[in-house]
Amino acid sequence: MTSHPRNEPLMLTTIRMSRHISAQGPKIHDHADGRVTIRDGARTLTGWPVARVIRSAIAILALSVAALGGAPQARAEALLNVSYDPTRELYRDVNAAFAKHWQDQGHPAPRIETSHGGSGSQARSVIEGLKAQVVTLALASDIDRIAQAGKLPADWQASRPHNSSPYTSTIVFLVRKGNPKAIKDWGDLVAEGVEVITPNPKTSGGARWNYLAAWAWAERNGKDPKAFVGDLFRHVPVLDSGARGATTTFAQRGIGDVLLAWENEAYLALKELGADQFDIVVPSVSILAEPPVALVEANIETPEQRALANAYLDFLYTPQGQALAFKHYYRAWDTSAAAPEDVARFPALDLVDIGHFGGWAKAQPEHFGDGGIFDQIYTGK
Amino acid sequence: MALIQRSPMPGLGLSMGITLTMLSIVVLAPIGALLVQGAGFGLAGLWDTINRPRVWAALSLSFRLSLLAAAFNLFFGILLAWVLVRYRFPGRRLIDAAVDLPFALPTAVAGIALTALYAPNGAFGSLAREIGWKIAYGQWGIFIALVFVGLPFVARTVQPVIEEIDREVEEASATLGASRAYTLRRVIWPMLMPAALTGFALSLARAVGEYGSVIFIAGNIPLKTEIAPLLIVIQLEEFNYNGATAIGLAMLTISFALLLAINLIQIWSRRRIGHV
Repeated sequence: MTSHPRNEPLMLTTIRMSRHISAQGPKIHDHADGRVTIRDGARTLTGWPVARVIRSAIAILALSVAALGGAPQARAEALLNVSYDPTRELYRDVNAAFAKHWQDQGHPAPRIETSHGGSGSQARSVIEGLKAQVVTLALASDIDRIAQAGKLPADWQASRPHNSSPYTSTIVFLVRKGNPKAIKDWGDLVAEGVEVITPNPKTSGGARWNYLAAWAWAERNGKDPKAFVGDLFRHVPVLDSGARGATTTFAQRGIGDVLLAWENEAYLALKELGADQFDIVVPSVSILAEPPVALVEANIETPEQRALANAYLDFLYTPQGQALAFKHYYRAWDTSAAAPEDVARFPALDLVDIGHFGGWAKAQPEHFGDGGIFDQIYTGK
Repeated sequence: MALIQRSPMPGLGLSMGITLTMLSIVVLAPIGALLVQGAGFGLAGLWDTINRPRVWAALSLSFRLSLLAAAFNLFFGILLAWVLVRYRFPGRRLIDAAVDLPFALPTAVAGIALTALYAPNGAFGSLAREIGWKIAYGQWGIFIALVFVGLPFVARTVQPVIEEIDREVEEASATLGASRAYTLRRVIWPMLMPAALTGFALSLARAVGEYGSVIFIAGNIPLKTEIAPLLIVIQLEEFNYNGATAIGLAMLTISFALLLAINLIQIWSRRRIGHV
């Protein structure tokens, strides 16, 4: 046990001796185990220097942060499907049917989870690291964004039939029972005193389809589409952020005369809120909305998981999967297993697809980008 | 030379370490990330994003209504705290507990409930409509939502101060010939002011950043009822992180300036009064 020379410059050291007792004084000795001895008047006290306590505190914190951050590894038979808002009911049925289908083929029961939200914010979660193996979103442009982040190949849309859209939908009008404002087509929406409810195209994928459908009608009918769409949005008293919010505003709050809605949302509103309150009006021209599906390559961990994810997406194209889409008011492709009344309820109408607008890669910045045509409606430039 | 202290708290090292680490993780790191993102965008880019009529309209709407709501809460919160402390009446404890409800309720629930009440077909909204007053989907609706989320702050910061004020002080003031208004202005208010200003600042800060409840009751029409936090969400939907950062930084700067001003007023009032 060696002592430091007495003439060393005075340095105060803080030590801890027990949980609640700390002391401070000039250091006189370093022990081999890291403790130090300080002089306290006539006594000497030995304890752990406080700097060391801070270090161990940081180590404990780092460990707990690591424990929080390090999520358990996804098991191979688990699948996360990140989807958009109005597909809740559809995928609840699809997941159950697919699980049975998968087990019938001799596999263990898969654990399938589905997350729903606005299409754009769902895409952002996946870009920022949500481990979704499968995305089923409202707009191809949202999946394009994920592809740009390097999570799936740029030509993802060619990998499955029908532009990777196992089901499609369109935009129709939901009006109050008896159609008191006599709304028959897009042109009636800008009549004096008509209030139109649509979500905000900036935050809602569905609302972008609403906007493009109105644009397409104006083009077909020899009107200036920009002026018509501008006029239309001046009849909108409330811009909700999502499709479900707009449906609530129209149906529950009694705002507006007509709701521009996904066809499947309109039928769902009829079913849930009562067919005695609303009517569906189908316009002469509307848009072919193609909500696409894709496998997120970067989040596939094992060959088994890839097989499961592929089987899940392929299942949507099987007669059974298509029948479920019809049941949930989507316009699917294969009617062979669908109930006839589910197919018959869709009236035929003139559908314009996104290719007419040059694809999402062109339409998105031109119409909905910062300073695009939609912004100009309000800023008047 | 030496100093031995017994303290019920863990030692300085441990508490300081935990405090700093937590503060960094929870507060400083996100704000730092915002600043770094903004620095990458450049001052010119930030200004170009902010200096647009739509952004100015949203910022002015957010801060104007937040200031109004905080001012309303300042008055109503003090009144509420005064009633709860000074008077005894049946149901006082229930009301006392109800003051905290806006903290406990998810803001989305509050927004939907307020919208249901104040929409033209709601209980209050239909009455207001008869006199031609539109509440939901307008600035009044936003104001009401902001008052709701900010109410507990003033009441809760002022309440303990009122409990400390002796009735004798008011009686002394009265016996010396002061009128009730004079007593309120020169005796009570100086004691309440520091706490009331803190409550005002908290209520203001809460209102400026509020998104969940307002989004349901505001009409969200650009230039009219579009709040600044919604503009940030819109920029994010477009994957325009720089635009979102710019508006976020603008809000941070204005909030900081407002809070600084409130703190300066507090310091000034403390100097003037000398205590509390």
